[in-house]
Amino acid sequence: MILYLAYLSLLAALLSAGVSLLTDRREYLSCGIKRLRARTAGWLPLSGKTVAWLDRCLEPDFYALLLRHLPFVLLGISGVAAVLVGAVELSGDFSASATLPLGLPWLHWHVRIDALSGFFFCVLGLPLVAVSLFGPGYVREFEDSKAHALAILGFFTGLFVAGMEMVLLADDAFFFMIAWEWMSVASYFLVAYHHEQSASRRASFLYLLMAEIGALCIILGFGVLVAFSGGFTFDALREVQLTPLWASAAFVLALLGFGMKAGLVPIHAWLPEAHPAAPSHISALMSGVMLKIAVYGFLRFIWDLLPEMFWEWGVLVLVTGASSAILGILYALQQQNLKRLLAYSSVENIGIIFTSLGLAIIFFSTGYPQFGALGLLAGLLHCFNHALFKTLLFLGAGCVLHQTHEINLEKMGGLIHRMPKLAALFLVGTLSISALPPLNGFVSEWLTLQAALQATHLESGVLRSLIPTAAAVLALTGALGVACFVKVYGVAFLGLPRSLHIAHAHEVNDMGMLAGPALLALCCVLFGVFPTPLIDGIRGVIEKLTGAVLPNVTALGWLWVTPVDAKMASYSPILVLISLLVAGALCYYLLHRGNYFKPRRAEPWDCGFGGLNARMQYTSGAFSMPVRRIFNPVYKISETLDAQTEDPEHWRVTALKYQFQVEDKSWYALYQPTGQAVTHLARRLGRIQTGSIRTYLGYSFVTLIFLLWVIS
Amino acid sequence: MAWILAILQTLLFIGGAPLLAGWIKMLKCWLQNRNAPSLLQPYRDLRKLWRKESILPESASWIFTAAPYLVFTVAVLTAAVVPLVAVDLPSARIIDVFGLVGFFALARTFLVLAGMDIGTAFGGMGSSREMTISSLAEPAMLMVVFTLAMSAGTTNLSMGMDYVLDSGLVLRPSFVFALGSLMLVAVAETGRVPVDNPATHLELTMIHEAMILEYSGRYLALMEWASQIKLMLYGVLIANIFFPWYIGRDFSPAALGQGLLAIMLKLALLSVLLALSETLLAKMRIFRVQEYLSFAYLLGVLGMLSHIILEVYYA
Repeated sequence: MILYLAYLSLLAALLSAGVSLLTDRREYLSCGIKRLRARTAGWLPLSGKTVAWLDRCLEPDFYALLLRHLPFVLLGISGVAAVLVGAVELSGDFSASATLPLGLPWLHWHVRIDALSGFFFCVLGLPLVAVSLFGPGYVREFEDSKAHALAILGFFTGLFVAGMEMVLLADDAFFFMIAWEWMSVASYFLVAYHHEQSASRRASFLYLLMAEIGALCIILGFGVLVAFSGGFTFDALREVQLTPLWASAAFVLALLGFGMKAGLVPIHAWLPEAHPAAPSHISALMSGVMLKIAVYGFLRFIWDLLPEMFWEWGVLVLVTGASSAILGILYALQQQNLKRLLAYSSVENIGIIFTSLGLAIIFFSTGYPQFGALGLLAGLLHCFNHALFKTLLFLGAGCVLHQTHEINLEKMGGLIHRMPKLAALFLVGTLSISALPPLNGFVSEWLTLQAALQATHLESGVLRSLIPTAAAVLALTGALGVACFVKVYGVAFLGLPRSLHIAHAHEVNDMGMLAGPALLALCCVLFGVFPTPLIDGIRGVIEKLTGAVLPNVTALGWLWVTPVDAKMASYSPILVLISLLVAGALCYYLLHRGNYFKPRRAEPWDCGFGGLNARMQYTSGAFSMPVRRIFNPVYKISETLDAQTEDPEHWRVTALKYQFQVEDKSWYALYQPTGQAVTHLARRLGRIQTGSIRTYLGYSFVTLIFLLWVIS
Repeated sequence: MAWILAILQTLLFIGGAPLLAGWIKMLKCWLQNRNAPSLLQPYRDLRKLWRKESILPESASWIFTAAPYLVFTVAVLTAAVVPLVAVDLPSARIIDVFGLVGFFALARTFLVLAGMDIGTAFGGMGSSREMTISSLAEPAMLMVVFTLAMSAGTTNLSMGMDYVLDSGLVLRPSFVFALGSLMLVAVAETGRVPVDNPATHLELTMIHEAMILEYSGRYLALMEWASQIKLMLYGVLIANIFFPWYIGRDFSPAALGQGLLAIMLKLALLSVLLALSETLLAKMRIFRVQEYLSFAYLLGVLGMLSHIILEVYYA
C-alpha cells in the first residue's frame, strides 16, 4: 500500500518530465490530433463537448498556460504523495519491499521503503510542494526566450525529482547507483540551463566532474561490501563480515562519495558554483533536498549496511563536520551574491548535520546507544529543518531575482518597503536559519549541543575534551550564522535602496510565488513551536534503524522536549511563545495606554550636515569587514584601492574606488594542484600515443602475450 | 503558587534593574571624584523618556517599531528564567542555559536589524561591530556553560545552582577559570568599558549606542530598560552560579527574604568590581577586542580542561 503511494509520487514526477516535453509542440500536437480524429472518426465518435475542450486546450495562449502549470501540478502531486509516505512511515511501522521487473536479467531492481527512507520522503516532499507552487510564476520569464526552452527545464526537473525518489526507494546497490547517477546527471543539465553564461558552463562541468568522482567512490564503497558478501541486494550486504581495515576503507569511500555530494569541506567546491547557476527553484531543490539525499545515502551505508562502527570514524566525521560548518559560514559571510551566500550556508548546515552524526557514531561505538540516538535525532531533525528554511530562502531570493533581476547584495536595500509580504516571509527564514528560539532551527541545534554535552560520560579523556571543543566551534558557527543572515536581511531588505531598479521593485503579482515560501514559513514556525510529534516520529525511525531508544525525550508530554531527562535539560517552545506573546502584548498595551502616543516621522540624524543618501549606508562588504579582518588567514583576499587625485602631492583625493574579492582557499590548496597533477600525468601518458600504427600493433601484441600469460 | 512567585520574581527583576544601573553610576562617580546623582536617577530618566515624544525616522519600517517591544520582551523572558531570589521556580524549566544564549541572540538580532533599518552609517557601523563582538563572545560563553554543565550534569540553571549548593564550599579550579571567562564575556556582552562605553556619545566609537541612535521617547525607554535588565542578568548569573549561597531554597517568606538580601549584597559587591575596572581601564580599539575575547575563550577552555583532567576522577 505504502509502496504504491511512493510509486505514485515517482510516476507523477516522471509524468511531469514527459508532459514538459510537449511545451512548444503545439503545432505538432494539433496536427496529430486532427489526423487522429480524421482516422478514428468512423469508429470513435467524440462528443461535441470533448472536441470543444480539446480545441480550447490547443489554443495558443491557453496551451502555453496549461503547459506552464501542468508539470508543476504533477510535481505538486508527487510532493504531496511523498509527504504522505513520510507521514505514514513516521506514524508507525509499515516497511514494504518489492522487486521490479526492470534492470539486469539476473538482478532485478529491488525497492524497499522503511522508516528511514520514509523520513527522507518527508524531507523531500514539503520543499517539493512549495516549489511546485512557486514554479509556474517563476518560469514565466523563460517562456519566450529561445535559449531557455521550458521543455528542457521541466523535463530535467521531473527527472531530477524522480531520481531523488528512486535513490530513496533503492534496495540494491545496482539500482541505487543507477538512481544516484540519474539524479546527478539530471541536475547537471539543470545547472547548465543558463548555458549562454560561461560561469554556468564552468559550474556545471565542475559539478559533473565532482559528482562522478563521488559516484566512483560510492561504487568502490559498495564494491568492498559486495566483494565480502556476494550479493547486490541490501539484504545480502547487511550480512557482510568485514575486517576493521576493510570496513574502514568502505567507510572512508562512503564518506568521500556522499560527502562530495553533500558538500563537506574541502570537497565542496562545486556547491557554491552550481547552486547560484541554476534557476532559483532548482537551487532550492538542490540545496534543500539533494544534499539531504546524500545524507540519507551516508546514513544508509553507515548505519544500515556496515556491520559495526569505530569511534575513530566518529572523530573523522566530527572534525570534518565542524570544519565544514565553520568554514562554510565564514565564506558565506563574505559573499555578495545572495544565492552564492545561501549555497555556502548550506555547506555550514551540512557541517552541523555531520557534526551530530559524528557525535552519534562516537557514542554508538563506545557503548552509549542512548546518547548516540540523541545525536542522530539532532542530525535528522536538522536535515528536516534545513530543508524547510533553505528552500524558503532560495525561493525568496528567487522572488527578488524575478522582480529585479538583481542578485548582488551591494545593489539591494529597502526591499521591505517595496515587497512587504516577501520581506515578512524572508524574515521567518532568516530567524529560523539563525537558530533563534522559538523557531525550528533552534530545536535541532539545541539538541546537537545537548548531545555534545553527553561527552562527560565517555571514558576517553581525549574524546571528552575534543567534543566540547567541536561544540565551541559550533557555537562560533551559530553566532557567525546570525551575523551572516542579519547581514543579508539588513542589507537586502532594510535601509535605503542602493540602485534604481531595486528602488522601483514591487511585490510579485503571482500568488503562487508567495504561497510556496508562505507554506514553508508556516512549517518553520509550526515545527519550531510543536516539535514533539516530529521528534516522536524520528525517534521511531532511529529505533528501527539502530535499535537504540530515547526513553525520555518527550516523556513530559507534548509541551516539553527533554533530551535525556527533565533534570538534565528541558525546553518548552510553546511556553516560550506564549510568554513572548503575553509579555509583548502587555508591553504594547502599557506603551499605548491612555494618553496619546503618536510617534512623529522626521528625518534621521545626519550630524547636522544634511543630505543623507543610500551610498552612506554600510554595505554588505563593510558589514562583514571586521570578521574578514579577524579571520584573515582563512580567506584569500585581494583588495585594490584606486584613489584619483588632482594635485601632484596626492593630497586632494577626488574619487575613490575600492574593490575586494574573497576567494576560497581550498581552490588553491587542493583543486589547482590536483588539476595540474592530472594534466601533467595525462601529458606523460600521452607520450605512448605516438600516432604510428606499428607502435599500436606492438602494444596489442604485448597485451595479448600478457593476457595469455595471465590466463595460462 | 509557584508560578505566581515566578512572576513576582520576574517583576522584581525588571523593577530592580534600573536601581542596579543607578548604583553602578553612583560608584563610578565616587571613584572619579564627581558628585553622584541620586540612586533613583535611572528611574527618573526612564520617566522622562516615557513622557517625551517619540520620533520615527522617515525610512523606518515596521522592524524599527517592533524591535523595542521584542528586545524588551525577550529581556523580561530571560529575567523570568534566571533564578534571582529562589531556586526551583517552575519558570526556570522553560529553557536552559543554551536557550538563554539563544534568547540573547534573538534580542540582539532585532536590535541589529533596527540599527540597519534606517539606512544611516551609524546604525550599520554599530550593527556590524555588535555582531562581530557577540560572535566572538558566544563561543567563550559556551565553553563556560559546558564546564558548568559537565560538573553539574545539567544545563538547567536552577538545577545547576542546586548542585553547587549541595556540594558545599569546594574550590574547583575549573570554576575559577569559568568565572574569569564569564566575567570577561559579561563585560563584552553588556557593552561596558573596555569593550564599549555606555556613556559615550562620540559616534565613531559607539557600538550599542550607535544602533539605538535613532530611538527616542518611549521606544528609547524600552531599549534602555532592556539593556539595564541585561546588565543585571549577567550580574545575577555570575553571582548565583558561582556564589549561590543564601539563595532561597524553599518558598517560605524567611527563605525568600534571605535570598533577596543575599542577591542585593552580591550584586552590590559585583558592581564595585565593575565600577573599579571601568574607572581603571580605558576603552580598547575595536580590533583589540578579538584578543580580549580570545583570552576569555582560552580561560573557558582551560576551565574545561582542568575539569576533565583534575576533577572527573575525584567526582
